[in-house]
Amino acid sequence: MRIGWLSRAVKRTLPLSYLDQPPQDGGIQGARLGIADNDTTGHFTGQSFTLTEAIVPEGGDVAAGFRELAAKGVRLVVTDLAALELLSVAGMPEATGTTFFNAGTADDRLRGEDCRANILHLLPSRAMLADALVQYLVVKRWQGLLLVVGRGGGDREFADDIRHGALKFQARIVQEKPWTFVPGARRTDTGHFAIQAEVARFTQGVSYDVLVVADDEDEFGDDLSYRTFDPRPVAGTQGLVPTAWARPHEQWGATQLQERFLHQAKRWMTDRDYAAWMAVRAIGEAATRAKSADPVTIVAFMRSDRFELAAYKGARLSFRSWDGQLRQPVLLADARSLVSVSPQPGFLHQFSELDTLGIDKPETKCRMG
Amino acid sequence: MPNGLIAAVAISLCCAARITAADTIYVSNEKDNTVTVVDGKTLEPIKTIPVGQRPRGILLSKDAKSLYICASDSDHIEVLDLASDKIARTLPSGADPEYFALDPTGKLLYVANEDDNLVTIVDIDRGEVVTEIPVGVEPEGMGISPDGKYLVNTSETTNMAHVIDTATRQVVANILVDSRPRRAVWTADGAQFWVSAEIGGSVSVVDAAKREIVKRITFAVPGVPTEAIQPVGIAITRDRKLAFVALGPGNRVAVIDAQSYEVLKYLLVGQRVWSLAFNLDQSRVYTTNGVSNDISVIDVASLKVIKSVPVGQAPWGVVSRP
Repeated sequence: MRIGWLSRAVKRTLPLSYLDQPPQDGGIQGARLGIADNDTTGHFTGQSFTLTEAIVPEGGDVAAGFRELAAKGVRLVVTDLAALELLSVAGMPEATGTTFFNAGTADDRLRGEDCRANILHLLPSRAMLADALVQYLVVKRWQGLLLVVGRGGGDREFADDIRHGALKFQARIVQEKPWTFVPGARRTDTGHFAIQAEVARFTQGVSYDVLVVADDEDEFGDDLSYRTFDPRPVAGTQGLVPTAWARPHEQWGATQLQERFLHQAKRWMTDRDYAAWMAVRAIGEAATRAKSADPVTIVAFMRSDRFELAAYKGARLSFRSWDGQLRQPVLLADARSLVSVSPQPGFLHQFSELDTLGIDKPETKCRMG
Repeated sequence: MPNGLIAAVAISLCCAARITAADTIYVSNEKDNTVTVVDGKTLEPIKTIPVGQRPRGILLSKDAKSLYICASDSDHIEVLDLASDKIARTLPSGADPEYFALDPTGKLLYVANEDDNLVTIVDIDRGEVVTEIPVGVEPEGMGISPDGKYLVNTSETTNMAHVIDTATRQVVANILVDSRPRRAVWTADGAQFWVSAEIGGSVSVVDAAKREIVKRITFAVPGVPTEAIQPVGIAITRDRKLAFVALGPGNRVAVIDAQSYEVLKYLLVGQRVWSLAFNLDQSRVYTTNGVSNDISVIDVASLKVIKSVPVGQAPWGVVSRP
């Protein structure tokens, strides 16, 4: 069985912290591990899996990368692409009959107004991440949120999602402030004086319980903790982070996946690696259960209510019929400790508590053609 | 369910229970690196024994003089001498031993190496690894048939029960079960083995001769979300009348009529109920409750939880020594 990999070699922006440099092989290592796991199973069922990789260079043509895969007969493609690129590829005439597995972007619009019938989403949407965080803050009774929003499109979307989550779960945004301070060069001697003073000024005079930050590109979020005027915790894209996967996660057998990944990639698994691993495992699982190597049969099984994926988060995962999003628990972790896992107990749902996270069927804007 | 059957089981077990009630209960505490000893008569903890790193699966030796302990993070098996309560020796096990089975002669241990996709066979007397058998991803459950001829190993990520011929040491059958299979437990007559699936939320009953699933048992507890029902430990009475299944974060033990496969009752125990063990006369079932740090004692005759006993942190395995 051939599974395709399509990504663009993006030069990731340097994070604020020097410690966690973005890996060059993010995502694809997860897909490779998924192939190895599938093959161990396939050894007993007579199925074997290969990953056909198309990595488009920066400035290269993603459409050409996809045509290359299509020419090799690949019909199941795991992608690590930005939302617009994924949409353009999924809309190509050659993409008819191909299913894409989005392991690269959390954008809500891909699950909403811009959803496509041939895209499944493995990473949780930003709305799911925001809801996971807000549920926890409400459980803690930290209901007054100071929302600090960066300049990126993802930041604005996350802020919208936090606002939506606050409305849904009864938290309040006491104030929303854009972050405009540009600290200049990231590593200068004595730079901390300016940042310390700026963050204190920025947060002075607001009465809130927790500072929620929206800074997808890691431009300033790590500079907020311990520098606020009042002693308040930081959560959101930095601090206490809602995420599909986190280094400190070792429950429900996650240690095994972490160790297998470390052994293979010689680095820690990221959320994109995890999403790519889940994509490949979902294909393998559906192939095993449906006893088929036919992409159409596999995808049909995957979308049916008989499909379930075990992915080290203590729940059976499946795809939402209304937008193709994988329903899954969301971890809440900081750099060194797993704090909690949402959905939080007590947030009920008539079908699945996992559907308390993100956009539920009645409110979806997705209309698949 | 015919209530008469329970009553009949109850009577036969209650009377046997009076003769041999006194046992000693051993519990491995995964987080504490200890084994807690509980007096079966008073149901009070009497001793805490330091052992290797991350003790999980435990088994009593055939002569009941030693306790074998999977010290997962120490990458070996420890032999606890129950006369002195000291670790007498260690056995090689391969990496990350989680769970194991003792062959009926008491000479060999079959060990699941979770990190290496292997089952390791260890000769206890010689203290040596005999061989390794490649299996699926994350081998976990180990169940040996009463005649010792077949070993059933489950692999958590491959979602299979592998049937291994212990004479040839070859995998002879693979049975696809629900997601994240945990335990494989044989019925005493050797006719069936039962496989729990933690994420699948089910127990598959497999006909051992045909190697086919004959029944898939599912669970529903009012007020408990289906995601929280995660079957792990299984205990089946020798007469195959009753089976007990630990439901993990569902915090219940399901009682099943092992003939009709009907779920009779859910017993509320501690949090994240994991392993189950009978005492010798099967008048009691002990459960480890990993989150509430205690064990529950189920009276089989009345099908009631009669006591919970505090043990160490994250209790995992439990055995009863007559």
